[in-house]
Amino acid sequence: MATIVVEHISKSYTNDKKTQIGISDLSFTVNKGEIFGLIGPDGAGKTTLIRILTTLLLADSGTASVDGNDVVKDYKAIRNNIGYMPGRFSLYQDLSVEENLNFFATAFKTTVEENYELIKDIYVQIEPFKTRRAGKLSGGMKQKLALCCALVHKPSVLFLDEPTTGVDAISRREFWDMLKRLKTQGITILVSTPYMDEANLCDRIALIQGGKILVIDSPEEIKHNYKHALWAIKTEDMFKSLIDLRTFNSTLSCFSFGDVHHLSVKDNITTKEDILNFLKEKGHTEIDVQPISANIEDCFMELMTKTNTSNTLVNA
Amino acid sequence: MKQFISFVKKEFYHIFRDWRSLMLLIGIPITQILILGFAVTDEIKNSEIAILDNAQDAASQNLEGRFRASKYFHIVKMLHTPDEIDREFRKGKIKIAVVFPKGLREDLMHGNKAQIEIVADASDPNMATVISGYASAIILDYQQEIISDNLPYFITTKIRMLYNPELKGAYNFVPGLMGLILMLICAMMTAVAIVREKELGTMEVLLVSPIKPYMIVIAKALPYTLLSLINTTIILLLSVYALKVPIAGSVVLLLLESLLFIIASLSLGLMISTIAKTQQAAMMMSIVGLMVPTTMLSGYIYPIENMPLILQWASHIIPAKWYINIVKAVMIKGLGFQSVIKENLILLGFIVLLIWGSVQRFKIRLE
Repeated sequence: MATIVVEHISKSYTNDKKTQIGISDLSFTVNKGEIFGLIGPDGAGKTTLIRILTTLLLADSGTASVDGNDVVKDYKAIRNNIGYMPGRFSLYQDLSVEENLNFFATAFKTTVEENYELIKDIYVQIEPFKTRRAGKLSGGMKQKLALCCALVHKPSVLFLDEPTTGVDAISRREFWDMLKRLKTQGITILVSTPYMDEANLCDRIALIQGGKILVIDSPEEIKHNYKHALWAIKTEDMFKSLIDLRTFNSTLSCFSFGDVHHLSVKDNITTKEDILNFLKEKGHTEIDVQPISANIEDCFMELMTKTNTSNTLVNA
Repeated sequence: MKQFISFVKKEFYHIFRDWRSLMLLIGIPITQILILGFAVTDEIKNSEIAILDNAQDAASQNLEGRFRASKYFHIVKMLHTPDEIDREFRKGKIKIAVVFPKGLREDLMHGNKAQIEIVADASDPNMATVISGYASAIILDYQQEIISDNLPYFITTKIRMLYNPELKGAYNFVPGLMGLILMLICAMMTAVAIVREKELGTMEVLLVSPIKPYMIVIAKALPYTLLSLINTTIILLLSVYALKVPIAGSVVLLLLESLLFIIASLSLGLMISTIAKTQQAAMMMSIVGLMVPTTMLSGYIYPIENMPLILQWASHIIPAKWYINIVKAVMIKGLGFQSVIKENLILLGFIVLLIWGSVQRFKIRLE
């Protein structure tokens, strides 16, 4: 059964620089007890979409519902039943950990004790600091506290807007472990993130770019649908090899991924030797070429280029 | 209800943990009243004075000598014709002029009675009263001395206040200060406190919760109401015990009227909070939109009666003006509720209008 239903939602507005931004014609559903990820770079429209679903913004057109409640008509019912963690740390910095938690518990007409089971795993980690002011916590601790506050009333749906942005790698992993545990409690989770590696931790994801959805599927399925052969390539001079590889005859695309280049080729007959020979010809040394399977970022890059090209074609 | 109490508790935490602002809130009224009460109106030294001596006899010489010797006065000019008085005042060179009548000594010796005229520049009424009081004291002193010769002489002083004959500003500043301080704390602090939630993003979380918007607002206003009542009490205590301005009317009525004005100011702050997007904007709106007009147009510094007609009209929309009227009536003149019904109704009107407007403008969503 679908907990969140989004149908043809569009919203556009101009930002400070007077450029049109927003989301256009988004449709998807999130099933009960699912971790659904909105994956996309900054400015893709993730926050706008989450704010529409949390009844904080009105869409220009389209409809959406959460738990069967319309986001416009039944906004009060939605506000009673969801947990929301905004992208920016939005707790009271001058209140202690404990005071923040108690305040949000009472605000939702419940007590910390009543739903302690739900937040216990997370709360024990910040409990040693419970008398500390929230403003004095570290980034990871802040996020854990914010998650506790969003969970304290046992919401049926949890909206998390970039919960791991600005958080260290270990805290990020811990945070995702918590989300997995919450999922077992039957809570539906909609989470947005700019980190592609976190996509694998979601049940299903929507890749968003420029206010449009590129694809919606499970991460495995999306990766499986990547049809091109992919190679990870290392050379002595990485900058020059990136430029050279882009001139290679069978290159479809070549992007830099940290310390390696990901090269996708047009056909399946290009072999490792072909690539090695090409690079040697260009005078590269210490060449390492390995076949790899696509990760989400590869898929995102491919989908993005594809959409851009088709857009250009339409415009032309 | 529990929800509401925890909300109010949270607001108190905010206020008490920001102890710098709290000190400011309590400190401003105390310093203001002490500065205005002592530093500003404390004894006046070397006031410029002009003497028009129509008598030119022993008595006038003696008096002139006394003025010259006094540390309160500095004779800048001896005048020769009555016209000069006006001219000197217009030039702003002198604060008062003393006029000895023709045949001062003769009058005293034969008629046992003489009249000396003191003309004061009352555009600053407090100053004018004090200076002319000092001048009268010097003349009275002289009278005492000649009485000691066992002859009943009387010198009466006739004080003429220029520019503001009724001296309406006499006890002006305590009521004025009360209006200003309450306006400052209630309106500005409420506005800033609400806008802070918007700016820090906590409003976003509060909106996505079952808390009713009116509850957010009332919970914010309550601590500041209490704080303002405390401030009112401090100002009243200081003015009674430190400045010796007595409360002629009912203290209970005065506090109730203050509460009414506090609510009016809170609703103003509420209105501002629905317009301002940042704390700084809220602060600027409060200062430029409330403080300045209140100081200028409420009759606190400049008597409304002396303003151009258009500013007199403008003063009607300043809530503080009506409150100051009430305080003057109750505190200074000792009048009862019946005499301030009109002012009460006007303040009530402000409250209804502002709260209605704010509720209309309160956003249940983000922009």
